[in-house]
Amino acid sequence: MIAALLLLPLLGGLAAFCLPSDRFRPLLLPVCGLAHLVLTFLVIQGGPAVHLSMAGNWIGVDPLSRLILLIVSLLFCGCSFYAVGYLRYRIAWGNRIFVSCLLLFLSAMSLAAMARHLGLLWVAVEATTVASAPLIYYNRNRLSIEATWKYLILCSVGIALAMLGILFVAYAALAGSAQVSLQLDDILQGAANYSAPWLRAGFVFLLVGFGTKAGFAPLHTWKPDAYGEAPGVVGALLAGGLTSVAFLALLRTLQIMDAAGDGAMAREAFLVMGLVSLGFAAVFVIRQPDFKRLLAYSSVEHMGILAIGVAIGGVATFGAMLHLMNNALTKGVLFLSAGNIHRRFASKRVGEVQGAITLVPVSATLFLLGFLAITGSPPFGPFISEFTILRGIFTGGHYLTGGLFLFFLAVIFIGMGSTVLSVVFGTPTERKGDTNYRETLVTTGTPLVLLLIILLLGLYLPEPARKLFAEAAALLEVKP
Amino acid sequence: MDNYNPANLLLLLVILFNFFLLGSSRLGACIRTVAIQGGILSLLPLFLHGFSGHSLILAGGAFLLKGLAIPFLLLRAIRQVQIKREMEPLIGYVPTLLLGTLATAGAFIFSDRLPLIEVHHGSLFIPVGLATLATGFLMLITRRKAITQALGYLIFENGVFIFGMLLAEAMPLMVEAGVLLDLLVAVFVMGIVMHQINREFSSMNIGQLSSLRE
Repeated sequence: MIAALLLLPLLGGLAAFCLPSDRFRPLLLPVCGLAHLVLTFLVIQGGPAVHLSMAGNWIGVDPLSRLILLIVSLLFCGCSFYAVGYLRYRIAWGNRIFVSCLLLFLSAMSLAAMARHLGLLWVAVEATTVASAPLIYYNRNRLSIEATWKYLILCSVGIALAMLGILFVAYAALAGSAQVSLQLDDILQGAANYSAPWLRAGFVFLLVGFGTKAGFAPLHTWKPDAYGEAPGVVGALLAGGLTSVAFLALLRTLQIMDAAGDGAMAREAFLVMGLVSLGFAAVFVIRQPDFKRLLAYSSVEHMGILAIGVAIGGVATFGAMLHLMNNALTKGVLFLSAGNIHRRFASKRVGEVQGAITLVPVSATLFLLGFLAITGSPPFGPFISEFTILRGIFTGGHYLTGGLFLFFLAVIFIGMGSTVLSVVFGTPTERKGDTNYRETLVTTGTPLVLLLIILLLGLYLPEPARKLFAEAAALLEVKP
Repeated sequence: MDNYNPANLLLLLVILFNFFLLGSSRLGACIRTVAIQGGILSLLPLFLHGFSGHSLILAGGAFLLKGLAIPFLLLRAIRQVQIKREMEPLIGYVPTLLLGTLATAGAFIFSDRLPLIEVHHGSLFIPVGLATLATGFLMLITRRKAITQALGYLIFENGVFIFGMLLAEAMPLMVEAGVLLDLLVAVFVMGIVMHQINREFSSMNIGQLSSLRE
């Protein structure tokens, strides 16, 4: 079953590459997306009692993997339907590489979610970089080249640093005369004997390396460019899927530090990174003239919120797990609806895009509701998860952190709000070259469904879902 | 450290190549030097771990990719875009060489103070690894051509590879293969993007990639 999760999109990608028809090739996406989602549900249904693993425990499914797998699969399945509509609209542009890389990207993300060997995790995360670079380059103009190059170089160098971190962790085992292995279970078992200085050095490199990929400030510089220039559907997958996978890699390092009894230092680092990310996002969100770049800074902000949640621990960890899901799906809503608006106006500058609600009413409404959701307005899911994290912060007695957290969130709400409102309302700027884009069910249906899911998560958390989040959070608790 | 002798010689060569890379402006020579450096590094597992199956395959794979395939891709890229020299580095060649020397000296001093295990005391692997990492970083931040940035990344990867030699038993062959494959594909994609940069901007200076900013 696990093998099927990996092979299905891989073979789908190969099939997409061989299929000659630009018209029918995109249909492979929803087929693979749906099948992947079904398989994911089957794997999750397996429950904790069934320890699924293969390849000598290199690949396995623990509660954290389940959560990330579900997030990636849900988001991809939604995006795959949207992509069919999007690619039909741009049929002349060709889509062989685009569709193949999307499916390879899914395969790499699934592998990263299930890897139980640090080396394999590294390979998978680097594979996501390589597979997603052509996606960012889809528009083939100067700006997208620039964005792709920055993304490729920054993330590759970042990931190389993470490899150094992994080697340091292995050296910590060697120096602590423990069993040298990079299999996660072996590390967690033996970490108590590891040499502390090497392990700490390894942690710092892993934090910087995977942190670049997740996009913590100040390592986030690829993010606004890549999200701004990539098609909306790619932005959604990067902001919701890729960052979640990179965050999982960071959670793995936290697990290791916890097992070594050095979790406090790791959590402090997470807290600082989180607050810095919130601060950066707050500064750059204000008067941001490009609404897709705006979403990128929102992504930096939410990585920060996740890091803070995990750093505080206790109930906030549960909140962070919930927020992983909420953030990913809400980013899906935002990027997909922003993509529609972008296409209608053929611009993403605030001055040139106004009154979207009269021209693309459904997308504009979804964009507005998505904005309300991501900034933590009730009754949507992110409200619950951010509130849970905040509750954790204040019950833990971190008043300064809590104060800063609230302050930055308020600034970001106002900053995002002014941009979003001016895009959605106002008198429409009918430009000379009126684009031929009209809303269809395919391009508005997916963000609508994603919005309904986060609305549901905000109103009522079903028991199986709560269990999924709680089990994932339990893995990150310090065991006495 | 008698048993490290042949390996030590190779590592000293690696340092010499680092200096050459920092000081040279000819791209073709730089690519070939990175190729030779990669080729030399791929011999290390044989000297360090003997002629076991693992080290033979690792050495062979690393030699094929680092020494042949990746340089081939890069040489093809510069032939396509017809550039020969890095014209205007952000920091001149002499200052980068000086910085490189300082970094190398620093790497040797620093690795003396690291809490290494007994066998690795006085070994050249760690200082050379660190110095190569520093060289890669210097290339990345001081050069403006896309291709020199890619070379910087490769040198950086070489540094990681040297460090990884000490821990070959932790890295199963499958993972090593995956790492090398990822590297190859990354360079392949970089080569394609370089070609596009050149076509679109009629130069490979990433200094022109500056429209996206706040």
